[in-house]
Amino acid sequence: MILNKRMGTTIKYLSELKKGQKGIIDSFTDYELSLKLLEMGCIPGEIIEVIRIAPLGDPIAISVAGYMLSLRKAEAATVRLKPN
Amino acid sequence: MIKKIKIALIGNPNSGKSSVFNALTGLNQKVANFPGVTVEKKTGYTSLRDKFGNTIEAEIIDLPGTYSLYPKSPEERIPFQLLCDPQNEAHPDLTIVVADGANLKRNLFLASQLVDLKIPVVLVINMMDIVRFKKININFEKLSVRLGVPIVSMNARKQEGLKELKEAIAKPFSPPANDFIDIRPFAPEVIDTIRQTVNVNSNYNAFLVANNLDLISNFEIPEFKKEKIRAVCAQYEFNAQQMQAKETLERYRVISTIMNEFISSPENPIQKSPSYRIDNVLTHRFWGYFIFLAVLFLVFQAIFAWAVYPMDLIDSAFAWLSVQVQSSLPPGLINDLLVDGILAGLNGIVVFVPQIALLFFFVAVLEDTGYMSRVSFLMDQLMRKFGLNGKSLIPLMSGVACAVPAIMSTRTISNWKERLITIMVTPLMSCSARLPVYTLLIALIIPSDYIYGVNLQGLVLMFMYLIGFVAAISAAWVMKHILQSTEKSYFVMELPTYRLPRWSTIGIHIAEKVKVFLFEAGKVIVSVSIILWVLSSFGPSGAFDRIEDKYLSETYIRSMPQDEIDRRIQSEKLENSYAGRLGHIIEPVIKPLGYDWKIGIALITSFAAREVFVGTMSTIYSVGDEESSKMTVKEKMRNEIDPETGGPKYTFAVGISLMLFYAFAMQCISTVAVVYRETRKIKYPLIQILYMSGMAYLASLIAYQLLK
Repeated sequence: MILNKRMGTTIKYLSELKKGQKGIIDSFTDYELSLKLLEMGCIPGEIIEVIRIAPLGDPIAISVAGYMLSLRKAEAATVRLKPN
Repeated sequence: MIKKIKIALIGNPNSGKSSVFNALTGLNQKVANFPGVTVEKKTGYTSLRDKFGNTIEAEIIDLPGTYSLYPKSPEERIPFQLLCDPQNEAHPDLTIVVADGANLKRNLFLASQLVDLKIPVVLVINMMDIVRFKKININFEKLSVRLGVPIVSMNARKQEGLKELKEAIAKPFSPPANDFIDIRPFAPEVIDTIRQTVNVNSNYNAFLVANNLDLISNFEIPEFKKEKIRAVCAQYEFNAQQMQAKETLERYRVISTIMNEFISSPENPIQKSPSYRIDNVLTHRFWGYFIFLAVLFLVFQAIFAWAVYPMDLIDSAFAWLSVQVQSSLPPGLINDLLVDGILAGLNGIVVFVPQIALLFFFVAVLEDTGYMSRVSFLMDQLMRKFGLNGKSLIPLMSGVACAVPAIMSTRTISNWKERLITIMVTPLMSCSARLPVYTLLIALIIPSDYIYGVNLQGLVLMFMYLIGFVAAISAAWVMKHILQSTEKSYFVMELPTYRLPRWSTIGIHIAEKVKVFLFEAGKVIVSVSIILWVLSSFGPSGAFDRIEDKYLSETYIRSMPQDEIDRRIQSEKLENSYAGRLGHIIEPVIKPLGYDWKIGIALITSFAAREVFVGTMSTIYSVGDEESSKMTVKEKMRNEIDPETGGPKYTFAVGISLMLFYAFAMQCISTVAVVYRETRKIKYPLIQILYMSGMAYLASLIAYQLLK
């Protein structure tokens, strides 16, 4: 986790959420991947929830825009969440 | 009056697009590849009647499922190419956009891009059964007015809404009335310049041209025009990625307002859905893998054990046919060509059909129900270490039965690099054609003893299968590091709602696969079979005549029964044929592996199919006295003496060396033909032949030199 001193809060990434935890998409750290995620409906402001984690620990499945999307942990680590 | 129109069918994966396609066209469809890529191009035909009684002949192209018009790989270029280039010969007059009604937010994204392309659109809102189940309320009239396109609601699986869709197609159509988003303000100068320079129908089309200029060939837009576009893009600092992100955000913003206005839906938490409960079992840390193993076992059983019966039937049918042809035509060249060349070649193709049909039955069911993406989900962590996809396991395991259907089934892997690696390594899995070779050689060199209650021969056989698997996985790992890919490997993938399989769609799918194999790979296989027949039935001039003359002499006729003479003639002819000569020529090369020219002939003829080894061996060793003619191939090989050592030819070292060679070498024209058909490039089967044969040579060399 990265401490954002100016805001005084911790920035969370999608990869850090546990099963059943929700978050709101804030922004992305990988430009190219973000284009793919955007067109799949992962829009800033959208609520996402971790539905399942694969038994081997990776990939994960999230709910977004009313459907289930699976992505690797490394890909989830590029999705920054809004501080709650 | 007959009017002809072209329709393109486009939609997200899992939107039920193929159900719509099948409902519209029935069996009136054909499959080919789009030129230059291995993307299936399905074309179907339907004829309609408009309200004036005129007939409309519609040609429908089923475009590959996609989430947006932005191509991320050469394969995904096709929808873009077809739709954004009015000069393209397949440019449609009308597009049918299929959207999953239970998943409208994401599905409307692609639909909105098509609305802005200004090609006439009919929007199909599909999966109405699920929409009703989830109690989603869609105001079709208002949505239709807002989008400016006609909307048809369907449950295409049950053909519900088909009549309405046909009516909508038969009506006179016009480009969508409204812009979904106003794209021009994004880059006014760039869009205006492109519209003046090239022939495009809309601002959005111009915008897409600017965004994907590098993907457009000079044939589509000449270089000097591209230069002009590049200049204006540079002048106004047009950043393609930023523009795409901006467009996507804007579209979803508008979609959100539309969802609020025209669609109402109760909370449908995923945890309450039937799919979630099924996933609790199918992706469970124990049951998930257990069930997957059971599925693999079932597939394996089917193509290994069940397929044997129809395959035997086909073989006996061809055997019967061969006898008929042989006896009804006068003996001679034509007779031999028909029987040993063409019929044998055809038999070699048709015999694959049961395995292909069975494997594709299972693959289609797994894919259609939504289970295949769960396999990826379960296995990705493990498989990606080797550059493979979770879905690669199905082809790899099927490869144990036969690499031909296995390689055809790799189309389920959407990432090109992962798919290519799977294709390249699958033939290393020990297929059923190697089994006769293994069993013959094992019986020859391994005693049938028991150690701790385990049969030694069985143990060695299992070890050969294991070697194949380890070799495949290792080769995949090496290729992962060697192969360069411009395409970024993303895993991001939808886990679709579970659905019951659509049996008619699966039936059509199986029929297509069988047809493609018979007609495309079949051509290559028959040609090579004929070449091999020529090589082994003809020799340098006069050689065969001399053999026949020799056996006509008094000494032979008196001392030998006729069938013994025939056997000897056959064997000596093979030795003196072109294949036999080749065997002699390559002897120096294969000597370090412990092989002589006789094995050399078998290696050459085995290129048609590995099991030919056994037949060739029995022909070569058919020379001998009356006593030996009653012996089996195995016994003859056991009695073969190595002239150099004076001991038996087939020692432990030679046997192991031969088995390793057959384990690794690419000796199967059917596989070569299918790899070519599936990769569309001659270089991939060539690389495969080289690397596998290299591996085979090295392994056999080391084994023989260490063991002799």
